[in-house]
Amino acid sequence: MKQKIAKLNQRLGGALYSGAFIGPSFVGVMIFFIIPFFVVGYYALIDSPVGQNFVGLQNFSRVLGNHAFQTATGHTLLFTAIAVPGAVLLALGLAVLLEQKIPLKSQFRTFFLSPMMVPVASIVLIWEVLFHQNGAINDTLANIASATGWFSYDRAAGEWIDWFTSPFAQVPIIILFLWRNLGYNMILFMAALNNIPKDLLEVADMEGAGRFYVFRKIKLRFLSPTILFVFILSIINSFRVFREVYLLTGSHPYGRLYMLQHYMNNMFDNLDYQSLAAAAIIMALFMVALIGLLFVIEHRYGKDVEG
Amino acid sequence: MKKRKLPVLIIRTVFIGFLALVFLLPTVLTISNSFMSQAEISANYGVVFGTAAEGAYMAERVNLKLIPDLVTFQQYGTVLVQTPEYLELFWRSVILVVPIVLVQIFVASLAAYSFTRWRPKRKEIIFFTYIIIMLMPFQVTLVPNYLMAQTLNLIDRYWAILLPGFVAPFSVFLLTKFMRRIPISYIEAAKLDGAGEWQIFTRIAIPLCKGALYAVAILVFIDYWNMVEQPLIMLSDRSMYPLSVFLSQINQAEIGVAFAVATFYMVPSLFLFLHGEEHLIQGITYSGGIKG
Repeated sequence: MKQKIAKLNQRLGGALYSGAFIGPSFVGVMIFFIIPFFVVGYYALIDSPVGQNFVGLQNFSRVLGNHAFQTATGHTLLFTAIAVPGAVLLALGLAVLLEQKIPLKSQFRTFFLSPMMVPVASIVLIWEVLFHQNGAINDTLANIASATGWFSYDRAAGEWIDWFTSPFAQVPIIILFLWRNLGYNMILFMAALNNIPKDLLEVADMEGAGRFYVFRKIKLRFLSPTILFVFILSIINSFRVFREVYLLTGSHPYGRLYMLQHYMNNMFDNLDYQSLAAAAIIMALFMVALIGLLFVIEHRYGKDVEG
Repeated sequence: MKKRKLPVLIIRTVFIGFLALVFLLPTVLTISNSFMSQAEISANYGVVFGTAAEGAYMAERVNLKLIPDLVTFQQYGTVLVQTPEYLELFWRSVILVVPIVLVQIFVASLAAYSFTRWRPKRKEIIFFTYIIIMLMPFQVTLVPNYLMAQTLNLIDRYWAILLPGFVAPFSVFLLTKFMRRIPISYIEAAKLDGAGEWQIFTRIAIPLCKGALYAVAILVFIDYWNMVEQPLIMLSDRSMYPLSVFLSQINQAEIGVAFAVATFYMVPSLFLFLHGEEHLIQGITYSGGIKG
């Protein structure tokens, strides 16, 4: 009996401490994220903050049927479809390259990470200088054209592309995205490569396995959870590129740069809370589905690799 | 391992080195351009920004130069001496970001300790919720943040940015992952010696996580130092904007000054980055994978 009481006491004490330590964080998260999120959910279901009539899924169908929303979603998906696989594959390539024995390894690693700390505003400036119609990229392209004669790229003939308003408007942004995120992803891959048991690789080497075979059959297998993680992380980061696009091209950019984030930002400015709430919920559900998928897969693969 | 041939090594090094330099280029450009005179800047970039003064020399083509013709502190003089507003803006960034970094890490290390020490099933659900919030794009989390700020009457006050920053779940997640690596025997031994939870937290958990705390501090600092969305949404009064937002609005008109301000603004991140790079890399490494 006494033991039981002591045990109960311990458990109660545990719960008390557990609650006390997590308290400040949990209360804050509740107040600023979880509770208002339910309010957002409520807003998505009513007609206006004044009337507060329940309209079911009307807001959702209006948002989903909205032309601007559809265009924005299309552009966002296009961007994600190009930028995310690029961010995964190129980072993996960099990690594999950097993993080998080369001089100045840690300096190179620093260089690849350096984009993290450059202020957004100066990135925007540099990108402007690079990709402006009269900018450095076009200048270089013209130089290449005139030096090699492979193609014609003449400014006077109006052949210079104005990148940010052209059908290629996403190109500079994709480059910017890769430039900013590859270093981070590369570090994640380097850590994963480091975690592959060395004896396994040595055995493979002794057995005379080719390098490509080793990469495919051993390394890729151990890397797969990280590949997935980086994949999801890159999708999330691809939603964050808005900051740069916004600063480069304003709230109503031309053509293919108008993305979901612009749509939502403009909803904010128009005080259209119902559409905003519905769009936020749609986006949140999409993210939850994605993260849930990651969890499930990681659980499976993770066991597979660790066990 | 087989011996690699020297030419392969050279080609590989040159290739990676070239890529690495491309990655570094915008940083170097920002810094080197900040030492150019206004005249040189407008000559170089006038064709892009159309800022060259009348009659002044303007190159016909854009001119990306890494080394200034003449190293001058003219821009810095403008920024730091003639227009003290920039210092004020810088200070505003400091008073927004430093409290967020410190409080967020304090609150997060408490929570991380709780997630490490007591792990009933329902707490794993809370942890999962934290991860979801952490991974949500700004466009989703800013809406609830804004609603609450409005309810609490915080709009147009720094508290609207500070308070959500204090409790943002990112550092909870990262610190929990670190703390869960502490061998349980350390904690049990301390308990046997009669240490209370607070003592275990301050004497064992925190000291063992020092590197992690530093890593998280750098990541959080860099993230908030560059904030743009929060001030734009929470503050309608432009005169309250921190330098990160202001910087993005001075771009075109005074491009020379912009480089100097950007460089000036980069100094704290640069210092943290170079000083704590090993910790930073460790921090990034630990952020991989979402399992606790």
